Amino acid sequence: MDNPPGRLRLAGAALAALVLLFGAVTAWQVTTRAAAAGQVATGSGPLSQDAAEIYRSLADADTTAASGFLLAGNEPAAVRQRYQDDLATASRLLAQAAARASASAEAQRWISELNQQVPQYAGLVETARANDRQGLPLGGAYLRYASTLMQETMLPNAQRLVTAESGQLDDDYAQAESAPWGAFALGLLALAALGWYQLRLFGRTNRVFNPGLVGATAALLAALVWLLAGGLVAGDSLAESRTAGTEPLRALDQARTEALQAHAAENLDLVARGSSDKYSTRWSEVTGALGGAKDGADRGGSLARAERLAPRDAAGPLAEARKQFATWSERHRQAADKASAGDYDAALQGTVGAGKNDTAEASFAALEQQLGQAATVERARFKASADGVDGVLEVLAVGAVVLAVLSAAGVVRGVGRRLADYR
Amino acid sequence: MIRTVRARALVAAVALAAGVLGAGTSLGAPLGAPQGAARAQAPAAAELAPAADTCDSTRSVPPGKDANGAKIRKIRERGTLVVGVDQNSYHWGYRNPQTGMIEGFDIDLAHAIAKSVLGDPNKITFKAVPTARRIEAVKAGEVDLVIRTTTITCARLQEVAFSKPYFAAGQRLVVPKSAKATGIDQGLKGKRVCAAASSSSDTELKTDKHGAAEVTVVENQLDCLVLMQLGKVDATLTDAVLAAAQAAQDPTVEVVGETLLPGWMGVVVNQADADLVAWVNQALLDYKADGGWRRSYDHWLADSMGSSSDQYEYKQ
Repeated sequence: MDNPPGRLRLAGAALAALVLLFGAVTAWQVTTRAAAAGQVATGSGPLSQDAAEIYRSLADADTTAASGFLLAGNEPAAVRQRYQDDLATASRLLAQAAARASASAEAQRWISELNQQVPQYAGLVETARANDRQGLPLGGAYLRYASTLMQETMLPNAQRLVTAESGQLDDDYAQAESAPWGAFALGLLALAALGWYQLRLFGRTNRVFNPGLVGATAALLAALVWLLAGGLVAGDSLAESRTAGTEPLRALDQARTEALQAHAAENLDLVARGSSDKYSTRWSEVTGALGGAKDGADRGGSLARAERLAPRDAAGPLAEARKQFATWSERHRQAADKASAGDYDAALQGTVGAGKNDTAEASFAALEQQLGQAATVERARFKASADGVDGVLEVLAVGAVVLAVLSAAGVVRGVGRRLADYR
Repeated sequence: MIRTVRARALVAAVALAAGVLGAGTSLGAPLGAPQGAARAQAPAAAELAPAADTCDSTRSVPPGKDANGAKIRKIRERGTLVVGVDQNSYHWGYRNPQTGMIEGFDIDLAHAIAKSVLGDPNKITFKAVPTARRIEAVKAGEVDLVIRTTTITCARLQEVAFSKPYFAAGQRLVVPKSAKATGIDQGLKGKRVCAAASSSSDTELKTDKHGAAEVTVVENQLDCLVLMQLGKVDATLTDAVLAAAQAAQDPTVEVVGETLLPGWMGVVVNQADADLVAWVNQALLDYKADGGWRRSYDHWLADSMGSSSDQYEYKQ
């Protein structure tokens, strides 16, 4: 081996191996990122949106059941329908989430607990209704029991599911967006080795160009540029799905949850009929978080935050939602004034009055509808940006491999030409 | 001589003052006032704050209508009588789930008192009060009255005032019929029993568990019926009238055994509002005299407690 052709052959083999290693590492690193990007688009992304929707449906079902109780015999069909839709949505999304193989073990645990609890809850509410229909106060006691199950067990479980799913989504984002440093490093190393080898050859033979090696260098350079450009494009799409989708959606979910909590506190305060100031305190707390402190120190609370983060096409519904929130707060204040002046019936009418559209309940429904519209827009934006990123990354991996193989072939050919000089 | 007369007059005046002030103080004895006088004052003091173990639970302020009473004037200025009630006691104070109105025997009585004080039975604001906050709500002045199947007990009399009794009270056991229980001790032996927090039943179970294995305390006695239907407790100890109300809502449970702590129910009033207590007592007399009490009994209770109300009615 200690002769020029031997050394030449060894160096050529090492170069070709380095270039091929670059190709293999690139393929491995980029396909891992493609898989993570695929998870963002079709796994953890939708799952975390579904988890938030499960929480919202369950909380809304509980609030709607309380409205139905307050409306007594006047409960309109729409209220009952809304309750049923909420439970149906929660059950459907839970079944979907359970069927996704990608859900983590922790998420599966909360899903299966909720799957057991939803029918229990529904059974208690139906028992409450059956007793109500017979005119027995036992129905109210069942509703309280059901609500306690929801508030103290089911909603915390749903919250844990949301936390687990969004943690998974964050992990997938981090993985999909991480730069393939290993591939870049190997690529640059191979490029440097190729250059150094050509310089050495030039020094010995004074031949400027070795077509094989020049081709190998060009292919390697192309592979690196391809990797950089493709990575930037994919990263851009992912960042877009995050800033126009995931992040505003999280802020929006926060606002929607708080709106629901405020609505529940409002209804339960009337159900409690002065037996506790827990709910009026809760109303103040939650609407404070939603609308922001009066002095504006926190820049307007979670509703304003959702509006600030929202993509332009979701800003309209959110501005409208903020107006509805102001109306709602005002109507609630009027009803609360009536309640504290002792006019319970007027307070009840001002809050939930069946078939009236100037109630606090009507404002809440309008607010919720606007927030729902904004959520639809943001979900679409997320989907449009995140979908196909994994495809881009896969093409990127294939391209990089092809170019690396071409480059290695160039090395073999170039070194073969030099070896021929010795024959 | 004149001096002696003066001195005697002074002694007499001091003795008189001591008597009026209900002395028993150091002033009385050296002046020769009999010790018996001090002792004679003892029952009067006990009337204000009776000992916890022995007291006359049917004692109250004499009936009367004093339109100049401070509390009566305050209520009339406000224009509404604020009454703490229950919304879970079937036939007593409950929210009718079909109309959303609060109705029952206690509620009728509240309307009768509102009519007596304000001339209109509907000038009334109902506030739901949990069992555990009945006494506190009156003491804190959140409500004028609490009419909520409240048993008059010596311990409660130390904190609030009561009207004259308006219905017989006692504690009884509710169990599923399938348990085939016959008495309280036999029915509770080794079982899980439920009671409302700070109710007379709760107090009773704290002193004597009657052999129960486990005591579950909830906010309202009706929560016990939910737990019993769901199989989470085996029995409920509650007011006799509420036990009957539970049995009226669920035909698969029954009221069994003897009545514990027999006594009376009264309207709860703040001790500072003696004028209101007197007014309520007068209103109660009128309510019975004009047949309102009996009509309310027939409407709400006759079906579940029997057509004869004699055993429940307090005779002055």
